[in-house]
Amino acid sequence: MSLANDQNSAVTVARDERLKKVSTLTALLRRPELGAVAGLVLVTLFFALTANPAMFTLAGIMNFMAPAAQLGILAVGAALLMIGGEFDLSIGSMIAFAGLVFGTALVVWQVPLSVSILVAVAFAVFIGVINAQLTMRTGLPSFIVTLAFLFILRGLTLVGLKWASGGATQLRGMKEAAAGSPLAPLFSGDAFPGLFTALAEMGIVDTFPNGTPKVPGIPVEILWFIAIALVATWVLLRTQFGNWIFAAGGDPRAARKSAVPVARVKTILFIVTALCATLVAILTVLDAGSTDARRGFQKEFEAIIAAVIGGCLLTGGYGSAIGAFFGSIVFGMVLIGLTYTSIDQDWYLVFLGGMLLIAVIFNNVIRKRVTGER
Amino acid sequence: MQTSSSEPVLVLKDIRKSFGAVTAIENFSLDIRPGEIVALVGDNGAGKSTLIKIISGVHAPTSGSITIEGETVSMASASMARAHGIEVVYQDLALADQQTVYMNMFLGREPVNRFGLLDRRTMISETEKLVKELDVRIPSAHATIRDLSGGQRQGVAIARATRWASKLILLDEPTAALGVAETAKVEAIVQSLKSRNIGVLIISHSLDQVFKLSDRICVLRRGKQIGIRNMAETNKNEVVSMITGLN
Ligand SMILES: Nc1ncnc2c1ncn2[C@@H]1O[C@H](COP(=O)(O)OP(=O)(O)OP(=O)(O)O)[C@@H](O)[C@H]1O
Ligand SMILES: [Mg+2]
Repeated sequence: MSLANDQNSAVTVARDERLKKVSTLTALLRRPELGAVAGLVLVTLFFALTANPAMFTLAGIMNFMAPAAQLGILAVGAALLMIGGEFDLSIGSMIAFAGLVFGTALVVWQVPLSVSILVAVAFAVFIGVINAQLTMRTGLPSFIVTLAFLFILRGLTLVGLKWASGGATQLRGMKEAAAGSPLAPLFSGDAFPGLFTALAEMGIVDTFPNGTPKVPGIPVEILWFIAIALVATWVLLRTQFGNWIFAAGGDPRAARKSAVPVARVKTILFIVTALCATLVAILTVLDAGSTDARRGFQKEFEAIIAAVIGGCLLTGGYGSAIGAFFGSIVFGMVLIGLTYTSIDQDWYLVFLGGMLLIAVIFNNVIRKRVTGER
Repeated sequence: MQTSSSEPVLVLKDIRKSFGAVTAIENFSLDIRPGEIVALVGDNGAGKSTLIKIISGVHAPTSGSITIEGETVSMASASMARAHGIEVVYQDLALADQQTVYMNMFLGREPVNRFGLLDRRTMISETEKLVKELDVRIPSAHATIRDLSGGQRQGVAIARATRWASKLILLDEPTAALGVAETAKVEAIVQSLKSRNIGVLIISHSLDQVFKLSDRICVLRRGKQIGIRNMAETNKNEVVSMITGLN
């Protein structure tokens, strides 16, 4: 179909000469994760100069990557949801609630680990769907709906724990109950112990005097964290669903008119964040062998901050999962890194708030520079 | 001037739409045949955009029936209209501002390769081809919609609609933001749709344009259908008095 060309060649004008070719640098600056990468470089430099060198040994890296991973699993889910234009403030409470459900199944009902995980997953899907449906049906901001669930789930956890444990606010015995299950190595302990022992024997990694490696393996949560960040990035950038996440968050009306199933996309994202919280619950409950009502306290804010440092806009439609990945590592580094310095650890919160402000301002300035807005 | 005697692509019967206390459309009936260009005119707030959104499935009519190629449909969503070969250029264009031109061109029906991954190469090359064919002057297929001018955006929305339409295309003030040359181009595109046997419903405030392009003209005033005229049997004075209600 050669439509307008032949009829209208008279009005055809040469290419607009005002158009500049976008340089590679500008294209790089446009990437949402730039702020998080810059933050990571800054924080690494800071600790390289001030902290005990032990921080950047293999053992030190595992030390800060473990909390980074627990936060990061949440943050990647939160980032996807934020790009999709919604918030979930209930994920912190969801960790405690999922811990309760999982723990109750495992030690009170005494079902196998696999079934306990399935039960926890089923509850997560249910909560995700409720959050999504309430948000969609009422047209209320998800901020409000999930704020309500922040309290509801925390309260249910308290009530449920007392019921399950016969009056206490803690439930114990998960480690013993899960021991021996073929699924246990996926959710607890360290991966690749054989590899690390072999490396120790070859003298490649540090060892204790008795010859065992100082780092017995990679904590499984770190592997989950990396895998989830990679999958999320791949979904966002390479799949149709990823494109729909951007569209649903950026301009839901335009997306709906373009036949993007906005409600379905958002529902799936709410389920994903609840599942991320559940995974963190399972990992931490099996690690500690117990669960309590304060688990995951304020994690929703930390996850959102990590996502924002990672370049997510509060207005939706823009952001990156790999940015949230780097943002979470910044978090872990600051939390643990301070213990390697002479700085009082309580500066952590000050540092956090400061990072958030700097990241947001930095991201804003860069974006305006790049797009030429004012 | 009846262009074709074939079965109408679209038949609207007694369409009515109210938003709470406001009745935006009442007793509206119209049919559009393949290759026919029908203009919809009326003052601001007459209900023109509402009618387009009813046909495209954005709004459900309060009552009345929509028939597409002889099949009575209830449009519950934009995807159903698309499935019936209906494309729309909305007044607000409905482009995703933060995404690229090529992503917008394929939004909601992105081509994927056999692994289910987005086929960006196809999207980009098809977009470039189309943009060239229709002579929409944009920096590149990679440009972000937000960075385009109003006219360029309108060009992208029109290119998208013509790319996908197979039966009917609904244009809500497609030349509102366009310069003289670009308007002429869009008018040529609309006429070329006729040769592809696609029905066109075009909303315009320019009577010159309406008289140049259309086969029939339908007038709305405050939600009421004032009348439908064959272009050969009417003139601007009559249409103006139908629109305004003054003689
Ligand atoms: N979603 C809605 N909710 C409530 N009222 C609406 C809605 N959409 C349209 N209306 C009302 O319906 C009437 C018709 O609006 P519509 O947008 O169809 O007008 P129009 O003919 O397209 O006008 P214009 O030429 O200015 O584009 C107006 O009174 C408008 O306020
Ligand atoms: Mg309108």
